[in-house]
Amino acid sequence: MTVNLSKGQAISLEKQDGASLSAVRMGLGWQAAPRRGLFGSRTREIDLDASAVLFADRQPVDVVFFRHLVSDDGSVRHTGDNLVGGAGQGGDDEAILVDLQRVPVHVDQIVFTVNSFTGQTFQEVQNAFCRLVDETTGQELARYTLAGGGQYTAQIMAKVHRSGSGWTMTALGEPAKGRTFQDLMPAIQPHL
Amino acid sequence: MAAELVRGQNHPLPQARLEIRISAGSPVLAGATLGDERGTVRGAEWVAHPGAPTLPGIEVSPQAAAEHRLAVDLAALPEAVHRVTVLLALPERPGGPLRFGSLAAPRAAVTAPGGTEIARFVLTGLDAESAVVALELYRRQGAWKVRAVGQGYAGGLAALLADQGLASAAELASDVREAVARSLARAVPAPRPPDPSPASGSAQTGPAAAPREADPAGRRAADGPIDYTHPGRRSGTCPSPAQPPAAPPAASGGQPPRPVAGDAVGWSMDERLYNQVWGMFEDLARTTAAYRSAVDFAGSRLEKETDQALADPRVRLGAAGDAAREAARARHARLIEQARAALDRDVAQLTAESEVVEPALPAACARWDNPVWHGYRVPAEPPMALRLGDLHLPESAPLRIPLLARLPLERGLWIDSGSAPGPDDASPDSAGTRRLAMDVAVALAVRLLAVHPVGEFDVQVLDPAGTGAQALLPLTRTGAVTGPPAAGAAGVAAVLGRLTRRVDLVRMALRGGATDSLPPGFDAAQQLLLVNDFPHGFDDRAVNQLRYLVDEGPAVGVHLLMVADRADAAAYGPLLDPLWRSLMRLTPVPGDHLADPWVGHAWTFEPALVPPGSGILQQVLTEVTAARIKHR
Repeated sequence: MTVNLSKGQAISLEKQDGASLSAVRMGLGWQAAPRRGLFGSRTREIDLDASAVLFADRQPVDVVFFRHLVSDDGSVRHTGDNLVGGAGQGGDDEAILVDLQRVPVHVDQIVFTVNSFTGQTFQEVQNAFCRLVDETTGQELARYTLAGGGQYTAQIMAKVHRSGSGWTMTALGEPAKGRTFQDLMPAIQPHL
Repeated sequence: MAAELVRGQNHPLPQARLEIRISAGSPVLAGATLGDERGTVRGAEWVAHPGAPTLPGIEVSPQAAAEHRLAVDLAALPEAVHRVTVLLALPERPGGPLRFGSLAAPRAAVTAPGGTEIARFVLTGLDAESAVVALELYRRQGAWKVRAVGQGYAGGLAALLADQGLASAAELASDVREAVARSLARAVPAPRPPDPSPASGSAQTGPAAAPREADPAGRRAADGPIDYTHPGRRSGTCPSPAQPPAAPPAASGGQPPRPVAGDAVGWSMDERLYNQVWGMFEDLARTTAAYRSAVDFAGSRLEKETDQALADPRVRLGAAGDAAREAARARHARLIEQARAALDRDVAQLTAESEVVEPALPAACARWDNPVWHGYRVPAEPPMALRLGDLHLPESAPLRIPLLARLPLERGLWIDSGSAPGPDDASPDSAGTRRLAMDVAVALAVRLLAVHPVGEFDVQVLDPAGTGAQALLPLTRTGAVTGPPAAGAAGVAAVLGRLTRRVDLVRMALRGGATDSLPPGFDAAQQLLLVNDFPHGFDDRAVNQLRYLVDEGPAVGVHLLMVADRADAAAYGPLLDPLWRSLMRLTPVPGDHLADPWVGHAWTFEPALVPPGSGILQQVLTEVTAARIKHR
C-alpha cells in the first residue's frame, strides 16, 4: 500500500505485523522535460545524482554518492550513476539500497538528496519522484513526487531516522542549490 | 550486419516482432519462460513448452526438432513480463544424446520476421548438461535487449526451471517430457528448412535432423518416467542457486537463514565458492568498519561532552559536573556495547558460513588439514584459484578468511624471510624465520604442482648456496621437481637463461600469431621458478633476467616464487625497488601487512602451512609423481 507523502509528512517503517524492515531502497526517477520552440526534438540530457549522507549526532560520518558507491560499513549502497535519466517509464533511474539492520549503531539519520550535476534547474525536469521500496518484497512504501519545478538545482528529498527501536521516514522536499551533496550541507543542517 | 554475441554479451533489439531460430545437431526441444522484473517465473502458465506451445506474445514448437523457429512479439507480452528466457533441452530417447557435449554446438539467432539476422550466439563449451538457457530477452528502461547466456544444467530441465524460481519445476518438467514423448511417437524426421538463410549455421551444425526410428523409440519413452540427470554427474554439482545442494529448512523466528556453501553467483561450483569467500571477506571488512567507526564516534563524543562539562564554570565543580561526566561515560559505554553486539551478530553469521564453506572448498583453496587433501587425486582441470593463506582482524580473531588468488598467477610471490618477528615472544629468530619462509614456499609450490593436471605445471628450484636443501626435501625426494635444485652461479645462469629464452619464444609466437609454430617437443607446461637466498649467486646479468621474468613471465606461464630478505639485496640500492613492488609480499610469520580493497583495514596474514608432523605433502607428491609416470 503506497502512501503518497506530502512535504513534512512522516511514516514509520514498521510492517503491519510489527516486524521492522530489514532493507529498503530509495529509488529516484526523472525525465528531461521536452523543450518548447524550434528543435524541440533535441532532448537535453539531465544528469541528476542521488546521494545519501549518514549522520551521527548531527555530524556527517559517511556519504554514498556516485564517487563512493558503498558506505565503508557496507550498509548503504548506490546502484550506480545514471547520466541521462529515464524515458519516463516510471522505473528507478538511480537507487540507493539501505540495509537498515547493518547501519552502524551510532548513525541515527540518513538524508537523501538529489542534485542536478549538469546544472539544469528542476524546471527542465519532469516526472521526478523518489520512492521508498521494501527491498525484500518489492513493495512500495512511500512515494514523494517532486512538485512543479522551480529555479533550483537540488532537492533534499527525505530522511530516514531512528525512532525507538525502528526507523521512520520523513519527506523533506526542501529545494536548494548545489552541484553535489557537499554544497547542500548548510541546507541539510536545519533538518537534522 | 548481425552481431556475433559471446557469452554474457547483450545487444539491443530494434523491433518487437522477432523470430528466434535455433539449430542443433540433433533434435532438441525448445521452450521459453517468462519472468517478472525480479526474474521469477510466476507459475507454470508462464512457461511455453511443447505441451503448451502458445502464450501471449510467444510461440514455440510443439515437438523436438533440430531446427526451431520461435515467434516472439514483445509488444504482446503481459505487462508484468520483464524477461523471456529461451531454453533448450535434450529429449530422452534411447540412442539419443544425453549431453550437449556430444553434439555440435547449438546455435541461436534472433532475426526479424523476414529472416534478417539481428544477433546470433553459438553455445560452445557445453559438456554434461542436458538443458541449457540459450538466450534471454529482457526489458531495460523500456527497451528490450537480448543477452547471450549459455548456462547449462546437468540436472536437466527440472533443475533449469527450479533455478528460475518455479515451485512446480519437477512436475512441469515431467509434463514437458510427456508432451515431447507424445509428439515423438508421431514424429517424422524434421524437414530441412527450405531457406537455409543462416547458411553458416547449417554448415556448422553438421548432420542436422538426424534420421531416427521414430515409433518404437517414442512409445517406449512415453511409458516410463525419464531420468534427465546425467549418470556420470552428481546432482550436487548441478548449478541451481535457487535450490542449493543442502537447502536449509526455512528460517524460523527471525533467525538469519543458515548459510549454505556455494551460495553465490558463478558458472561453476568452484567459481561460486570463490565468489562466496570474497563476499565473506568484504562483509567482514565492512562490518568491522561499522564497529570501528562507532567506537571512534563514541570516543570523540565522550571527549567532547567531558570537555563541555569542564568548560562550564557552573558545573565544573560539584555534583552537577560529576553527574554530567558520569552520564557521558554511560552513553559511551552503551554505544560501544551496541556496536559490539552488532559486530558479534555479524561475526557469528560469518563464522557459521565459514564452517560450511571451508569443508566444501576444492583442494586448491582448502587448508592443508582439510580432508579433501587426504583423498587427493591428480585433477583433470586446473583450478580457478589458489589459497595463499588466511586473513583475520583483531576484533574477530578466531574467524579466518581464506586469501584466494586467481590462477594463473598475475604477480610473482615473495616470501619475506627478513620480516620482523611478530609481537609474541614465541616467534622464531632470524635463522628460524628463513627456514619457515622456505617451508611456506615449498608448501605453496607443492600446492601449485598438485592442483594442476599432469604435465601442465613444472617447478624449478634455484638454491645457489644449498641452504634450503632441508626444506626442499619433500620436493627433491619424490622427484617432483624438474632436476635437482640448481646450485652455484653457473646453475643460476643456466636456469635463468633457459626460462628467459622460453619467455622470449612464447612472446614472439604470441605477437606473431604463430603459436602453432613453436618448436616440436616444446613443453607447454607452466613453470614455477622457486628462488631461495636471492641475491646469493646472482650476477648483474642474472638479476636483469630475473626482473625480465617477473615482468613478462606471468603472461606466458612463467611464475616466480621468491624467498628473500630485502636487506640482503641492499647493495643493489633502489635498482631493485621495482622488483619488490611488483611481487606480492607474504610473510612466513603472522603479519598485518595486507589491506583489503574496500576500506583498507590492515589484515593479519598467516601462511597456509602444513600442520606439524603431517605427512600430507609427501602423500600428495607421491600421488603426483605416480600419475606422471603413468602419463608418460
